Amino acid sequence: MFPTPVERRSAAVQAGYKALLPIVLILWLLPLLMVALFSVKPDADFTQGNLWGLPSSFAGFENYTRVFTDSAMPRYLLNSIFITVPTVIGAVALSCMTGFALGVYRFRGNIWIFFMFVAGNFVPFQILMVPVRDLTVNMGLYDTRLGLVLFHIAFQTGFCTLFMRNFIRALPRELIEAARVEGVSEIRIFWYVVLPLMRPAIAALSVLIFTFIWNDYFWAVVLTQGVESQPVTAGITAFNSQFRAAYHMMSAGSIIAALPPVMMFFLMQKHFIAGLTLGAVK
Amino acid sequence: MAAPIISEPAPPPARGYWRSNQMRFAPWLFLAPGILFFAIYVIFPIFQSFHISLYRWDGLGEARYIGMQNYERLFDDPAFYTSLWNNLRWLVLYLLAIPGGLFIALFLNQQVRGIRLYKSLFFFPFVISQVVVGLVFAWFYNPSIGLLNPLIGLFGFGPVNILGNPNTVTYGIIAAGLWPQVAYCMILFLTGLNAVDPEQVEAARLDGAKGWKMLWYVILPQLRPATFIAVVVTVIGALRSFDMVSVMTSGGPFGSSRVLAYYMFEVSLSEYGFRMGYGAAIAVVLFLIMMVYIAFFLWRMWREERGV
Repeated sequence: MFPTPVERRSAAVQAGYKALLPIVLILWLLPLLMVALFSVKPDADFTQGNLWGLPSSFAGFENYTRVFTDSAMPRYLLNSIFITVPTVIGAVALSCMTGFALGVYRFRGNIWIFFMFVAGNFVPFQILMVPVRDLTVNMGLYDTRLGLVLFHIAFQTGFCTLFMRNFIRALPRELIEAARVEGVSEIRIFWYVVLPLMRPAIAALSVLIFTFIWNDYFWAVVLTQGVESQPVTAGITAFNSQFRAAYHMMSAGSIIAALPPVMMFFLMQKHFIAGLTLGAVK
Repeated sequence: MAAPIISEPAPPPARGYWRSNQMRFAPWLFLAPGILFFAIYVIFPIFQSFHISLYRWDGLGEARYIGMQNYERLFDDPAFYTSLWNNLRWLVLYLLAIPGGLFIALFLNQQVRGIRLYKSLFFFPFVISQVVVGLVFAWFYNPSIGLLNPLIGLFGFGPVNILGNPNTVTYGIIAAGLWPQVAYCMILFLTGLNAVDPEQVEAARLDGAKGWKMLWYVILPQLRPATFIAVVVTVIGALRSFDMVSVMTSGGPFGSSRVLAYYMFEVSLSEYGFRMGYGAAIAVVLFLIMMVYIAFFLWRMWREERGV
C-alpha cells in the first residue's frame, strides 16, 4: 500500500486523518452544498439577504413539488428517459455484435475497422454538427426524440465497440474453439456461448452510456428545439428563464435534473467504476 | 465453393453453403449494422464537413463554392484567435486535473472505516451533467448570491466578479470544468493504486525509499496505464469544452470566453444567422488539432496490438 496506511502510524496521525476527511469533503463539495441549501430555502430568505444562514423555514418540500407542478420539468425528464433508454439498448446491442466480430475473428482489415471505431469516438462533435443536422432535417426527424436517439446510438457504438472488443479478447478462446469443434454455428456461439459471458460488460456499459446520454447537452440543442422533444439538460435553460432570479427554484430544478445519473451511479457503483477504469490497470 | 464430401448425405444446399463459409461471412454479418450506423452518422459527416467548408451556405438555400475563402477569413478573424488562445489555455490548465486527481487519490487510498463512501462522494461530481456543474459554479461565483466572495473575504481578498471580467472569465470556467475532471482522474488513479505491487513497495521501503522518492521511482511507473488514460480523456475533455462555456457565459463577456467548439456553434446556428460553411471551416481546424491526439492514441494502441 502506498501511501503508508494510517493504521501503522501514531494515534495522533490517525485521529488527524479521520478529522481531516470530512473537512476536505465539505470543501470539495462546497458549491454543490450551497445549491442544495438554496433549494430548501423559502423565497423570503433571498429578499431578506439570509443567504448563508439556516433557512428561516424549511421550504424544500414546497420548492421541489413546484418543480414538478409549475413547470415543464416532468415533460423534459420524460423526454430524457425516452432518449436515454433506447440509446442504451441500441448502442449496447450493436456493439455486442461488432465487439464479437472484432474480438473473435481474425480477418484482413480487422484492426483497421477497429481503429475506425476508436478514432471516430474521439472526434470533436463540431465536425459532425452541420452534416448530421442536415441529415436529420432531411429525414424529417429534426426536433424529434428519434432523431436524437439514432445519432446517439451511432456515435456511442464507437466507444462501446472499443469496450466490448477488448472485453471479448480477454475471454478464454478455448470455449469458442470447443464449441466450433462440436459443430455449433457461429450465430449460436455468439448467442449461447459468448453473450452470457458478456453480462458484466453489458452492465458496465449500460450504466456508462446512460450517464453520458442523460448528460448530453450539445446534441440536444443542435437536434431538438421545443418542450416536445428536448431532454432535461436543454430544458433546464428554459426552466431557468421561467424562474429568473428565483434561486431557490433554479437550485431545486438543477438538482432534479442531475439526480437520475447520480442515483444510477450510487446503485450500480461497482459496474460504473469497472467500466470507467477499464484499461487503467494492465 | 467447397464441394460436399461424397460419402455423406448432402445437407440442404443453402445451409451447406452457410456451414462451409460461415467463418468468412460471420464477422461481416455481425459488423454490418454497427458499421452502417457509424458510417452514416460519423464517418461520412467528417468528409462532408470538409466539403461544406469550401462553400458559402446558410443551411437552406443554394450553397456557393468559394474555395479556400472561409479559411482565409479565419486568419483575419479576431474572434477565431480569441477562441484558439482560450482552447490553448483550456488544454494546458485542464491537465492540472491529473496531478490534482493523483493527489486526492493518494489522500483517499487508506482503509479507515467509511472510506468507500468518501471515495464515492469525492467522485460523484463527475456523474453530474456539465450543464448543472456550470450552473452551480456560475451561482457560486455570482457576486450578489455566490459563496465565493464571502469566502475569499475571510482571507482579506476583495470582491471579484470572475465571470464578468474578460481577464478572468476563462479561468473561472476552467476551474469549474476541473471539478468533475479531477474526480475522474482520481478514480483512475485509485484503481491504479489498488493494483500497485505491494511486494515492490515493501522492498523499496526496506531500501529506505519513502515519500516523494517512493512516489516518483516506485509508484508512478506502475501507474503508467492509468496516467495514459487520464491524459487522453483530459485532453479530449479540454477540446470538447462546449457545455460549460455555453451555460456559464454564452462566450461572453464580449466574446472573451469563446472556445473553438463554442464559436463554431455560434457561427453556424445562432444569432449571426446560419453561416454553415464558415462554421464547418472552424470545425475542420478543431478536428485537425484533435487528430494529432487521435493519431498518437492509435499509434500507441497499434504498438500494443503488435506486442500481443
